[in-house]
Amino acid sequence: MNFPFGRLEWSDLKPVHLFTHEFSIDNLVGSGAAWMVVIGALAVAVLLTVMGRWGWLWREWLTSVDHKKIGIMYMVLGFVMFARGVAEGMAMRAHQTTALNGGVLSEEHWAELFSTHGTIMIFFVAMPFITGFMNYLIPLQIGARDMAFPVLNQISLGLTATGAALCMISLVVGKFQIGGWTAYPPFTGSTFDPGPGPDYWIWAIALSGFGSMFSGLNFSVTIYKMRAPGMTYMRMPVFVWTALCTSILLVFALPPLTVAAFMQALDRTLGFHFFTNDLGGNMMNYANLFWMFGHPEVYILVLPAYGIFSELTSTFAAKRLYGYTSLVLATMSISVISFCVWLHHFFTMGNSATINVAFGIATGIIAIPTGVKVYVWMATLWRGRIRMTTPMIYMTGFFMLFVIGGLSGMILANPAINWQVHNTQFIVAHFHNVLLPGLLFGVFAGIHIWFPKAFGFRLHETAGQVTAILWIVGFSLTFLPLYFVGLMGYPRRSSGFEDPALLPYMYLTLFGALLIGCALLGLIATLWISIRQRDKLAVPLGDPWDGRTLEWATPAPPPPWNFAVIPHIAERDAFAREKVDGKPFVQPPDYKDIHLPRNTSAGMIMFIATTAFGFGVTWWMWWLVILSVLVVVGWFFVTSFIEHDEVTIPAAEVRRHHNAWIEAISLATPVTRDHETDSRNRGLADTDMVVAS
Amino acid sequence: MTPDTRSRLARRSAAAGLCLMTILVAGPLAADPSGFLHPLGPIAEIQRTELVWATVAVMVAILPVLLGTPFIMWRYRRTNTKATYRPQWHFDTWLEVGMWGLPIVIVAFLGIWLAQATFRIDPYRTIDAKMAEELNIELAGPQVDMDVVGLDWKWLFLYPDQGVASMGEMVMPVGHPVAMRLTTDTVMQAFLVPRIGGQIYAMPRMATRLNLIADREGRTEAINTQYTGLGMSGQRAEVRAVSPGAYRSWISRAQEGPVLDDETYAIIAQSGSVADAREALGLDGTTPILFRLEATDIFDRVIDRYQNPEGVARDAQPGSPTYNLSSGVLPEADQ
Ligand code: HEM
Ligand SMILES: [Cu+2]
Ligand SMILES: [Cu+2]
Repeated sequence: MNFPFGRLEWSDLKPVHLFTHEFSIDNLVGSGAAWMVVIGALAVAVLLTVMGRWGWLWREWLTSVDHKKIGIMYMVLGFVMFARGVAEGMAMRAHQTTALNGGVLSEEHWAELFSTHGTIMIFFVAMPFITGFMNYLIPLQIGARDMAFPVLNQISLGLTATGAALCMISLVVGKFQIGGWTAYPPFTGSTFDPGPGPDYWIWAIALSGFGSMFSGLNFSVTIYKMRAPGMTYMRMPVFVWTALCTSILLVFALPPLTVAAFMQALDRTLGFHFFTNDLGGNMMNYANLFWMFGHPEVYILVLPAYGIFSELTSTFAAKRLYGYTSLVLATMSISVISFCVWLHHFFTMGNSATINVAFGIATGIIAIPTGVKVYVWMATLWRGRIRMTTPMIYMTGFFMLFVIGGLSGMILANPAINWQVHNTQFIVAHFHNVLLPGLLFGVFAGIHIWFPKAFGFRLHETAGQVTAILWIVGFSLTFLPLYFVGLMGYPRRSSGFEDPALLPYMYLTLFGALLIGCALLGLIATLWISIRQRDKLAVPLGDPWDGRTLEWATPAPPPPWNFAVIPHIAERDAFAREKVDGKPFVQPPDYKDIHLPRNTSAGMIMFIATTAFGFGVTWWMWWLVILSVLVVVGWFFVTSFIEHDEVTIPAAEVRRHHNAWIEAISLATPVTRDHETDSRNRGLADTDMVVAS
Repeated sequence: MTPDTRSRLARRSAAAGLCLMTILVAGPLAADPSGFLHPLGPIAEIQRTELVWATVAVMVAILPVLLGTPFIMWRYRRTNTKATYRPQWHFDTWLEVGMWGLPIVIVAFLGIWLAQATFRIDPYRTIDAKMAEELNIELAGPQVDMDVVGLDWKWLFLYPDQGVASMGEMVMPVGHPVAMRLTTDTVMQAFLVPRIGGQIYAMPRMATRLNLIADREGRTEAINTQYTGLGMSGQRAEVRAVSPGAYRSWISRAQEGPVLDDETYAIIAQSGSVADAREALGLDGTTPILFRLEATDIFDRVIDRYQNPEGVARDAQPGSPTYNLSSGVLPEADQ
């Protein structure tokens, strides 16, 4: 087969395998997953058609440049991919538990699973989650109406979705690579893996990498340039600080990855020799490039979560944040030092002892600001009035578990120990230990807090609490035992084992993984129950948690223009101060017309064209590659001639909207924190802070 | 739930948690010895000591969190109106000093320790009399030079001075330093002998080094921890540290084995397990394969293979799906 299908064969279509291959659990899992993608996509399409929602989807969401909607779309993307990632994690646990005599899956499926799982969890779950939060919160927290570059923002989302789409397509057509999320050559080079797998990985990473880098640029410019008058740097909410640091990291850390992916592409597609075994290729360069991205990446992921935890402690302890300056300094120093430690991912590559020591110590140093942060949060809770609701449960789990991840991190920083535990299950335990309690718990707590802002109703509290506890227990049982498995010398990514002493650990982690499965269902159930009870849970007045930052001084959900008039900021946590003084929500003397950017299909065009491009290169469909490049270039060429116009919201409309909200507030009775989680809470807070100030 | 049942529940789950932790921690220590917590030599012993001390030092920093968090959450719960409430308190100089100072001090200690240990047991460091003194061991005899070639999916151990090679097992004399050079004739691999020391990457076209010593007899495994394809999890060779006498008799046994010539090498370089190699060579039995070595320069020629200025064809690269025996023969020595 050549034109038009390149190297694509019928046998590459995985759904067909269910009928053409001999029946086995392995085949069922592989082909079944492909069917799930196909059926899932069809079901969504049918549902949209039946409900007549295509136009709505296009106008209200896919072409919107509203940072709030883009943020929500990032979260939705993250959750779809998360469901797949967790399912893969559970399949892997099931395999390893039975791996004493072979395991339920084939070697090949196992390898594909850890590679897609890792790639998806990092790039298409964790990244969309934090990008979604930053999108939603940055403009609201700095008092801006939108991002500095709203169209670019949409294009970033499109490119991220491209990467995710390529991963999903690889489930149906052909296969993904099997070299892990790091995709080290020469194993992923064309000599050892001529198939389409590594190409899927390369293009998913390279294209979505551009998206992330653009997001970084966009967010940092927004924070530099669009803060409300009076909001000096030292008056920014801590989340904005962490978002700024993450954005800077995105800008500087993504390029090495994109370059490394391109170099692999040149090797594979055009016969270059950057990382081949022969002709002077050197895979050590890849290791360096990859981890020059890889280490900052972990801070890209965790810093926004730190920001969420910072907001959370002070809000739910009804107390001013302790040690703001220390937190800012710690965040900044983390983002600088994070570029100086990458070599700790390969202490075993034959570096001189001096170099290993230098990077080992640098790694120790980066733990200092992280430690400071944990202490600062504890000091914030100290002498507070703590409400043990869902976010605070996640926070407690984070505290108790994240420090264990810190402990294992410090152990790994010592090259002498690292030579033993590198590439074993100890590493698997370590990075899940920082990613789940650190990043995911932060995200889930954040969702509980800001969901009411975005949708106008709270999430059901009891369901939220049960889910949080399931996550904490499930995580502990799944991953803490792996530390010990690693100490016993079981390599990571290894499909089987020979030592029966490992069995109890394997059963324990499988049980934990089942609890995590329940926790995922818990998230879905929470959403379901909350939607059913949305009238009881409604908080239209916008401030359900006695919040401290600007976004709480808007209705829930906020209008497309965010603020009727841009606020003037006189101090940190201005909204909290106004509530203590008893005069929040002042009426502005007059309103002006508001100009907002008009919808555009830029993001969708980029998404479709770049996905076609990635697919085309992967399968050697060169006509498709050329066509998609023409579309991208042509689109930019043509649109550069079009004056980008705006929609105007007339002042009268703004006034009407704002007055309606203010009036609703004046009619409502503020609720104390005693009724925070019952139906009396409509989003007007009677602040706790008054009690003692 | 009444407060009473609640506290009983809490006590029970705490007890259950404690039991679980004990089982988990005791496992690696008590189970069939594997891993560096059961060292066979001074290097793994130092690694274990480092692990213990790093854990203790970091505990100083995290215990306040592990104990303080439940305390604070309980004491300052909203319903406890007796507790002090200071909503505007946000800075204390001495607290700041402590918050920054404690981690700095701990990291300083850890930094010094890790530097000492890293220099002391650097894999590249030759184990000579001076190092033996630092490690507090006696050297029982001269150094054994070994070359290790990583193949898909087995290790080939070459003993050029003894004129033997082995696949599927590696034997080393107790008390003799072992100096290894490592490379691979396929993709990158990582070599680890948990109870004795490690680990180091083995990379095509390059030679890395690893120095090991065992000071008591015992068994462990040489494993590849880097994912290299479908047979990777089986890439483990038994490693035995034995008395010098037993080592000598092992060598003489190996000298009676088949010759590892270029043709044989090309065959064993094919992807597969040790058992597959046995079959391909037409040998019966299931034990590891011992070879007699005539050419002692196999290791250098494996490295040379990839120095060819004309490049190496795919079918000449072991590990590639198109590898074939006739093109895969190692280049001549004088290339
Ligand atoms: C939620 C339940 C999860 C389960 C049950 C799970 C399970 C696993 C398992 C079994 C592996 C393979 C370990 C091995 O190499 O032997 C793995 C690898 C990995 N996981 Fe997870 N995981 C989960 C969540 C996550 C999350 C949330 C993230 C990141 C945000 C993540 C990131 C990774 C990465 C990066 C790898 C390494 C893949 C590689 O080796 O290339 N996982 N996980
Ligand atoms: Cu790192
Ligand atoms: Cu190298």
